Amino acid sequence: MPGAPRRRSAKRKHRRLPGLFALTAAIALLSWILPNDFYFNVAILAGLNSIVCIGLNLLIGYAGQISLGHAGFFSLGAYGAAILTTHFGWPPVPALVASAFAVGIFALLVARPILSLKGHYLAMATLGMGVIISIALVQEGKLTGGPDGLTVAPVNFFGVDVVSAQAWFWIVSVVLIAAVWLALNLVDSPVGRALRSLHGSEVAAEAMAVDTVHHKIIVFVISALFASVAGSLFAYYSGFLTPAEASFLRSIQFVTMVVLGGMASIYGSIIGASILTVLPQLLTVFHDYEQVVFGLILMLTMVFMPKGLAPSLARRLKEWAS
Amino acid sequence: MSLLEVQNLTRTFGGVRAVDELSFSVDSGAIHSVIGPNGAGKTTLFNLITGVYKPTAGRIMFEGTDVTGMAPSVLAGRGISRTFQNLQIFFNMTARENVMVGRHRHLNSRVVPALFRLPSIVRADDKAWRMAGEILEYMELGKYADLESDQLPYSALKRLEIARAFATEPKMMLLDEPAAGLDRNEIREIDALIQRIAASGVTVLLVEHDMKLVMAVSDHILVLESGRKLAEGTAEEIRGNADVVTAYLGRATPSEAL
Amino acid sequence: MAQFLQFLFSGITVGAIYALVALGFSIIYNASTVINFAQGEFVMIGGLTTAVLSAAGMSIPAAAAIAVLAAVAIAIALEKLAVEQAGSASVITLIIITIGASIFLRGLAQLIFDRNYHTLRAFSGDAPIHIAGATIVPQTLWVLGTTILIVIALWWFFSRTLLGKAILATSHNRLAAQLVGINTRSVLLLSFGLSAALGAIGGILIAPISLTSYDVGVMLGLKGFSASILGGLGSGPGAIVGGLLLGIVEALGAGYVSSAYKDALAFVVILLVLLLMPQGLFGRRSTERV
Repeated sequence: MPGAPRRRSAKRKHRRLPGLFALTAAIALLSWILPNDFYFNVAILAGLNSIVCIGLNLLIGYAGQISLGHAGFFSLGAYGAAILTTHFGWPPVPALVASAFAVGIFALLVARPILSLKGHYLAMATLGMGVIISIALVQEGKLTGGPDGLTVAPVNFFGVDVVSAQAWFWIVSVVLIAAVWLALNLVDSPVGRALRSLHGSEVAAEAMAVDTVHHKIIVFVISALFASVAGSLFAYYSGFLTPAEASFLRSIQFVTMVVLGGMASIYGSIIGASILTVLPQLLTVFHDYEQVVFGLILMLTMVFMPKGLAPSLARRLKEWAS
Repeated sequence: MSLLEVQNLTRTFGGVRAVDELSFSVDSGAIHSVIGPNGAGKTTLFNLITGVYKPTAGRIMFEGTDVTGMAPSVLAGRGISRTFQNLQIFFNMTARENVMVGRHRHLNSRVVPALFRLPSIVRADDKAWRMAGEILEYMELGKYADLESDQLPYSALKRLEIARAFATEPKMMLLDEPAAGLDRNEIREIDALIQRIAASGVTVLLVEHDMKLVMAVSDHILVLESGRKLAEGTAEEIRGNADVVTAYLGRATPSEAL
Repeated sequence: MAQFLQFLFSGITVGAIYALVALGFSIIYNASTVINFAQGEFVMIGGLTTAVLSAAGMSIPAAAAIAVLAAVAIAIALEKLAVEQAGSASVITLIIITIGASIFLRGLAQLIFDRNYHTLRAFSGDAPIHIAGATIVPQTLWVLGTTILIVIALWWFFSRTLLGKAILATSHNRLAAQLVGINTRSVLLLSFGLSAALGAIGGILIAPISLTSYDVGVMLGLKGFSASILGGLGSGPGAIVGGLLLGIVEALGAGYVSSAYKDALAFVVILLVLLLMPQGLFGRRSTERV
């Protein structure tokens, strides 16, 4: 830099390990204290929802886009893996990978035209995509079992059926930690900053040589892949699928989890997904109130805490510490 | 050969000719200002040069290549960067991160290496982190480096946009009203900043209303009115140009001309 | 030919309801650029409240009046308590707020009423009417006639009354409207109330033809929104044309192509519109100023 004095610059801090350690510790603690299979089941579902939400948050929170149809990708991953293993006898991991690949291609094809839209139009287009997927799943009964659902063959590793809740708890935990690691890496990189710049100002991003179209497509496809993998695991774990997994309501649930947990916060997504998975289980007595509570949470969070729990909490902690 | 050459550039919006058959060229290594009354087409011109608008007619040549109609990110990749009349800061990031986005074209933006945190990505990113810090120091924004940019005062934000554009290592930088909303002291700082940037070899194209700044800083001035070139020349020539005076101040009636 | 007419009539009938819902979207969008995803719930509130009250013995006109008032009151509460509080929040925030409201209202309806389907007695009986080989029920005439009356009334309101013009002025330029003394906050409340009334009336009209329940709002709302995008977001004539067109395309598609994918058709249409002609049939393109 001409005319600038030479200076020792500060060392950059990459504060990633504490969070990952905390997550691993929390998971280990859970595995120790959870009393029975019912609780493990809730934890597994929370973990799977978290994986979807981490991907979705990259799209909504970091890149500033919106998707009201992500349950579509989730269910395509689920049904894809289920059909390949159950109807065609594929082993589970290749089926999962193949489904993810197919979902990725689908997302790629859909992304370019849809992501040229903004705001309400983008929301509507993703909604439309999700609804069309859910209707197709109902209609193509021969393949998907239609509205009555599809039973999924249990996952078989080297001749052993993997069905215990404990086993699945570990499988999902490992995948969740991997998802967090990948997402953290992405965010803390040139691509990640480019994504965040999309949210900040698209026109300025373009002026900084960020190809906004390309980056929107990338984050869309990545978020679809996260959802697909989670969906496949869900299919293997639960053993039974219905087209309800692709419903508009399910897409909204994912968005609610992201929004509640915190936009542009990876750990926030885990918090949001966990709260909103655990809550209906705790309130089984109040099952009738589920929608009322859900709707209230959405409205109240957006009005009073638009950034979500994690960032708001983090800010409080920072203020309290100083 | 000129760095930038604009040939018969025209842009219409509905019935309005915002830029009308405009031709001029910019030589490298100097500070060029574009002035004119409001509505003269200055920002539209900037938007055309940076690819935000596509011309209705005409050509834009940059470094001898026809770049007409290229996308903004492509032009930015070729060394054209800019600031904006109404701030387009990435308010969801810190000041340093804003400047780091400016380094984007010099960094590896491939997804898979980033997902797996390959050492080459980390090293390049750390280097960008340090460079951004240095640029911020250079622009006297060092103390704001790791603050959320929405906490910075307005004058700092104006300088931050310039820092971000500078980080791209541009060949040509377009500054759209960098002095808008600043007081005299702050304008003097911007003046010095623009001179230092130009001295480092960057060609500067400036849109400004503050005549003191324009006259002090410019090597060459282009005057627009209603999308057309009214005059061009050095500061002295423009100051004495009767047409320019009229365009800004209006025609004197016979009684006032006394 | 008779079959074609049959599909056409059923398409126009449901299309009229889509048009009413779409009008509601356009009115609110114009006043505030908010897309009210809860619009479909007003249709549900109208139909379901009327059905339940009339089953309990109330006369249909009285039940309908209460239903419409309820919808209007809820809409105003929604605007005051949620939309206004959000202030100048981003598009995504507002979308999520109204989606939250729609889920909340559905849950509330579930609690207050129940999850069953309810019927409403047709206004003037069920005796089928034969027109050129096609059969329609009298209720269809109620739907079409009322919708036409409403459209005329709205046209008169927006072009001949001061209040209507004030609403239009606000939609064109909010700041300018404020500067000439228009209370834009009241205009917003009025817009929400009016949209809710339109939706509720639509729900009451269609309830005798297609059963009503706590979750009819979802699809109706989404399809109404599709219709308003098709016609051009913010355009009154666009909403009407879009609604009718969507209803007809749906009915013809279901009849001639495949009834299984009937619901999907509306969304396919909307994707095509968004991709090929996002401003819709009557809408205006907007450019972003930098």
